[in-house]
Amino acid sequence: MREVRISLVGFGIVGHGVLEVVRRKRELLRGIGLDLKVVSVTDIKGTLFDADGIDPSILHGARNMEGIANLDIIGKEAIQEIDSDLVVEVTPTNIVHGQPGLGHIEEALSSGKHVVTSNKGPLVVAYNHLQEMAQDNGVMLKYEATVGGTMPLISLIEKNLVGNEILRIRGIFNGTCNYILTRMMEERYTYSYALTEAQELGIAEADPAYDVDGIDTAGKVVILANSIFGMDAKYEDVSVTGIRDITPEALNLAWERGYHIKLIGEVPALKVMPMLVPRRSPLAVGGTLNVASIETDLSGTITVTGLGAGSIETASAIVSDIVSIYTSRQIDG
Amino acid sequence: MRLSMDLELQDIPGQLMQSLEPFKRYKGNIISVVHHRDRKTPRGTVPVQIVFEIDPSNIENIKNHLEENGIVVVRAGEDRFIEEISVLLIGHVLHTDLGDTIDRIDSTGFAEVEDLSLRMPGIEEPSSAYLRIRATGKEEIAKSLSILRHVGAEKDLLVIEPIEAEKI
Repeated sequence: MREVRISLVGFGIVGHGVLEVVRRKRELLRGIGLDLKVVSVTDIKGTLFDADGIDPSILHGARNMEGIANLDIIGKEAIQEIDSDLVVEVTPTNIVHGQPGLGHIEEALSSGKHVVTSNKGPLVVAYNHLQEMAQDNGVMLKYEATVGGTMPLISLIEKNLVGNEILRIRGIFNGTCNYILTRMMEERYTYSYALTEAQELGIAEADPAYDVDGIDTAGKVVILANSIFGMDAKYEDVSVTGIRDITPEALNLAWERGYHIKLIGEVPALKVMPMLVPRRSPLAVGGTLNVASIETDLSGTITVTGLGAGSIETASAIVSDIVSIYTSRQIDG
Repeated sequence: MRLSMDLELQDIPGQLMQSLEPFKRYKGNIISVVHHRDRKTPRGTVPVQIVFEIDPSNIENIKNHLEENGIVVVRAGEDRFIEEISVLLIGHVLHTDLGDTIDRIDSTGFAEVEDLSLRMPGIEEPSSAYLRIRATGKEEIAKSLSILRHVGAEKDLLVIEPIEAEKI
């Protein structure tokens, strides 16, 4: 049995999901020879540490570490001090400077710890730098959850499509935009009405700019460009148009002519823009779904679809990454 | 000379063979036959597009022969515009001189706006226009799109292109 001591950094929606999935799947994971043990949980209030693995009941109902933390250290200091094999970095994302996640990941990698993250910011800002650090320190950096949530995209390309040249990836990488456009088309809602509905359902943030202006999709385009296409792209290199100017009349007109309007991200062209998607296209998925079409030289076009966000769904991608690190032949023990 | 013909066939056995017979008789060299069984017309007929090379003086003979045999000839003639694309414009489409927007494509000589639908929800509200553009080739389609992008930037219109356009 391989014991994996995990430090969880970030205790928001995804952090809760990770604890839940690790708890629920404990026996299953032991069955494949992995004993995942969360030894610390850190947020801006402090750190809860237990070398034998944290008892999940202590965290039940807690929203942050206030009153629960037993160590007064946070951030990079906590990552450095705590003895663990792997850091799960799930703090809030910032795609301009990547902090605080960027500092956390650098600290973990330089301390010889594997990193699994759902945090786009650090990867958008410094993907190549972080991968080099990982390599130099003999550890791995995995980030499946950053693009398309639970939808397997990066691992699909790296494992199942290995040997293929990837010619292009196009897809819907933001569930909020997809939900708003779907509702506008189905119910003839105006943009602002559909947005309000999405906010009430918790699908859109109070400040929706990050989603509806295409910023989030552009971040994912940068991650795919750098990781799959070996580019050195920055956020500023992406040409971005969001969905604010789409009207229900335009959606209706498109529908009558056999099209949906979807916010499409494209690599390696580095473009995010609303496009006409034929109704019969596999990219024409509705609701909050994400979808990606991977165009390859040998396998033709492969399309995957799935939920792009959500606590348990994102955590599932994180746990898959953890398992893949310890089942990969490149790592000895 | 390369020509094309759009036919409508009854959905009964033997119709396709029968429609090709006059091409043989009048020494037409068939380049392609596209049989759209999955896109039946409201009349229940099956659209077929035939592209062929022939001495143009024989085209009337072929047409007559087909029509005598109950095959509907929707269109016959020189096939200039072989590629097409759909584009949607959102913004003040009409008040930024829609005529001029269309002219920019039509005046190229290699492409034309063939179909146009407008939605105008109200004064001051942005309107939407659907355009189908036909052109003499893939490269000309790409050029037309580039013209539209330029016009869109100039007139503050959102230009929504189809994903198929990317294959060009």
